[in-house]
Amino acid sequence: MSQEIIARIENFASRYGKSESTIARKVFNDGKTLTRLRDGGQLTPRTQEKAMAALDTLERDAAGPLGQRLTHLDRLEAESIHIMREVVAQCENPVMLYSVGKDSSVMLELAIKAFYPSPPPFPLLHVDTQWKFQEMYSFRDRRAKEAGMELITHINPEAIEKNVGPFTHGSAVHTDITKTQGLKQALDAGKFDAAFGGARRDEEKSRAKERIFSFRNEHHRWDAKNQRPELWDIYNARVQKGESMRVFPISNWTELDIWQYIYRENIQIPGLYLSAERPVVERDGTLIMVDDDRMPLEPGETPMMKSVRFRTLGCYPLTGAVESEAVTLQDVIQETLLATSSERQGRVIDSDAGQSMEKKKEEGYF
Amino acid sequence: MAHHDPLIAQDIKAYLEVQERKSFLRVFTCGSVDDGKSTLIGRLLYDSKLIYEDQMAAIERDSKASGTTGEKPDLALLVDGLAAEREQGITIDVAYRFFSTDKRKFIIADTPGHVQYTRNMATGASTADVAILLIDARYGVMEQTRRHAFIASLLGIPQVVVAVNKMDLVGFDQSKFNEIDVAFRDFAKNLNFTDIMTIPVSALDGDNVTTKSDVAPWYKGPSLLEFLEEVEVDRQSLETPFRLPVQWVNRPNLDFRGFSGTIASGTISKGDEIMAMPSGKRSRVKDIVLYKESLDHARMDQAVTITLEDEIDISRGDMICTPDHPNEVADQFQAHLIWMDDTRLFPGRQYIIRTANMSVAGSVTALKHRIDVADFSEAAAKTLELNEIGVVTLSLTKPIPFDSYLNNRTTGAFVVVDRMSNRTVGAGTIDFALRRSKNIVRQDFTVDHTARAEQKGQKPATLWFTGLSGSGKSTIANHVDQILFERGHHTYTLDGDNIRHGLNRDLGFTKEDRVENIRRIGEVSRLMNNAGLIVMCSFISPYRAERQMVRSKAGDGVFVEVFVDTPLSVAEERDVKGLYKRARSGEIKNFTGIDSEYQPPRNPEIHIKTVETSAEAAAAQIVDYLEAKGFLTIDL
Repeated sequence: MSQEIIARIENFASRYGKSESTIARKVFNDGKTLTRLRDGGQLTPRTQEKAMAALDTLERDAAGPLGQRLTHLDRLEAESIHIMREVVAQCENPVMLYSVGKDSSVMLELAIKAFYPSPPPFPLLHVDTQWKFQEMYSFRDRRAKEAGMELITHINPEAIEKNVGPFTHGSAVHTDITKTQGLKQALDAGKFDAAFGGARRDEEKSRAKERIFSFRNEHHRWDAKNQRPELWDIYNARVQKGESMRVFPISNWTELDIWQYIYRENIQIPGLYLSAERPVVERDGTLIMVDDDRMPLEPGETPMMKSVRFRTLGCYPLTGAVESEAVTLQDVIQETLLATSSERQGRVIDSDAGQSMEKKKEEGYF
Repeated sequence: MAHHDPLIAQDIKAYLEVQERKSFLRVFTCGSVDDGKSTLIGRLLYDSKLIYEDQMAAIERDSKASGTTGEKPDLALLVDGLAAEREQGITIDVAYRFFSTDKRKFIIADTPGHVQYTRNMATGASTADVAILLIDARYGVMEQTRRHAFIASLLGIPQVVVAVNKMDLVGFDQSKFNEIDVAFRDFAKNLNFTDIMTIPVSALDGDNVTTKSDVAPWYKGPSLLEFLEEVEVDRQSLETPFRLPVQWVNRPNLDFRGFSGTIASGTISKGDEIMAMPSGKRSRVKDIVLYKESLDHARMDQAVTITLEDEIDISRGDMICTPDHPNEVADQFQAHLIWMDDTRLFPGRQYIIRTANMSVAGSVTALKHRIDVADFSEAAAKTLELNEIGVVTLSLTKPIPFDSYLNNRTTGAFVVVDRMSNRTVGAGTIDFALRRSKNIVRQDFTVDHTARAEQKGQKPATLWFTGLSGSGKSTIANHVDQILFERGHHTYTLDGDNIRHGLNRDLGFTKEDRVENIRRIGEVSRLMNNAGLIVMCSFISPYRAERQMVRSKAGDGVFVEVFVDTPLSVAEERDVKGLYKRARSGEIKNFTGIDSEYQPPRNPEIHIKTVETSAEAAAAQIVDYLEAKGFLTIDL
């Protein structure tokens, strides 16, 4: 790495007719490090990273207007930013659905970028089921605060009253009451005319069919067979009172893009994505983490400590863990790319019936 | 999944760097129904090992239930994601799929072939760099092939690959392939493609899809995927004029005022002089902000925020460009328009025209011609129905900065939104500005009644509803008014309610007063006609002479007499307001039909017999008449 940095400094200096020490000062913020490196000195990983980033900037600015290149991620980022700005310009009262997962983390980061130096001009909304992993709640509160955004949380009062949960009511009833109905209540209560969601088209077949600006009638229903045409990057967010738009700014990102971007931008994600020793039980071939004492253990079932992580985050009783030794972001990306099953496999919701997602979406689910 | 690069396991960091450097292509498939578009995409995903095991297991399970391919897995099921699509085995809406090879990343849009879903095809095509047009080797070039090729060309897709599919069903016959190749090139010479490539394939078996197949040794070209990996897409050069459509003004505090938007073309650097359109005000770029970074330069496709040296007034909808190549600004254009709604285009109706960064009210003031996609001939037309394409004059209520679509796919595009339903009903590309509106302004221009009506996209009319009391005049007039209003026309209704209580409160029901009543109404209606309005007058007006007087004042081609013909017995039986009863009992004097005469029109323009026609049907009949006589459009 040190050799690469030296080579880049030398190349840059000769190409643009500058002295090496001038360039080195810009890269390291001092005049001695280059000499020290040439004498076999070492850099800390943090300094290395900083030096490489400084070189990237120098090279980019020196390339001139016609030498600017955009990577695939740059293009995706620009598209998402464009979509978010368009919502803010067109809609009166937008909100961002925040579900604490990696996709939400990327979406939140993009929102911060899109409106910088202003904070994103809309609140975050978390439709809570009361059954998320404990770690997700603390992560959520911290991130909202750091972003300078209002955080609205909503729990369906019916779920509280009847103490609805996946163990007592089954996954279908639990999901419907806490997520689908809860979401509709929260959107109605806030009178939001647009809601950002972090869904991606590569996730699931009916999502591959959905527009970026997806119209919902006053009952929050999606009419899959009659979507508004959506040409170029011209978006039509016009709605009547009571109707709304669901907007998916990361529609065109793939799972790999998400991980690459998290890696490139150093985006914070909940620790649950990384492997750790966690208490789990195996049920119907799925590893479920015992996140609190609300989980009833069956006769003979004892939680085992296993090194596991999660590919998606939802309600803990409905989210399967995978055994893994991936403890760094790089490990996780590596493992994701080598995986032979899709990320939604760990979700109990999708495997109910072939079209379960489409049906849920038509009823107002995200 | 398909990430089969050994580098992943060896050195994930190096792998990610390779991924970052890959180029990127947006493709869409189109062609007639059953030509195998979804199967082809399924094949590309399958052969590039981009299908997870659980997804493949689901496909194999579903193939047995609803597949159309016998023993082979139905790869179309990978793409057709809606329940209705899987049940009917067709594609209704565009699906977006993602895959990558060692060289490139792809977003591929699978668009429907059925003619009624053409709007969804256009949705998928509008953002693509390359079109894959499928043709069934057995049937050759069909009408849908031509329609899709035409739309792809209209949307400015430079490169088309013709995949001649189902070659397995014609035994990979070279002459069959050549025939289609020649036929397609012959018809495509009228289109704007810069390059055409034809490849013989079998999506079902995978021949020439990802790898070259040996079943057709006579074919020397690349496989479809090899071609897509290599094709040089003529993306706009960075040397084109700079355009930044301002999307949003960023003002967190008094010290920062930034203009956010995605650069539509060209480049910009710190210190460059800029010009804001349409104001024409100039300043210099102080900073280019992308999150916490301050960029020296920015280019097309970057979403940035620009700050300026001077405080000049710029808002959403404006365009920032450079003074050497500023945008044109105009409010009247010639444009190509694809109609996308079940409700047809109403020339003259006011719609919302939405561009890259603004929306403005506007209307199609003239339909020059419709284009027949079968042979590209131009046909006269009064409207555009769903999926029809025409050349139109588009008039906006205020001038906008723009480029021709040929020069800029972002600043030359627009969609048409219906004001009532909010649906996106059309999409268009600007050809050029029509100078006419500007010239008129420069000449010594007097605002006469023609100009006023033209501005409203209509010709003035007085619709004179005459008939007995309770015959249904006001009901029908109200229906007509409502229909015209919804279409964006400018109308007004005069009736007993708004005239008798105000302007004519001094008049009674003697013969003299009735004559004076009609005279005044005729004058008011004429003034409103001069203001360009279509006026509905709903009065019993029993005497021919008075109606004739109004007609001659209003002028020929303006007065339309509508006889609402209800026999006295029927009107009396309905007696909605109880007036007949009171007249019969002598409580009301001079009541038309009872003790006062009604003279029915001899040659009314429209004769409505309410006994056999509902009010709605009568209103429709009247609107049809106005349309046929050209009241609802203007001649340019």
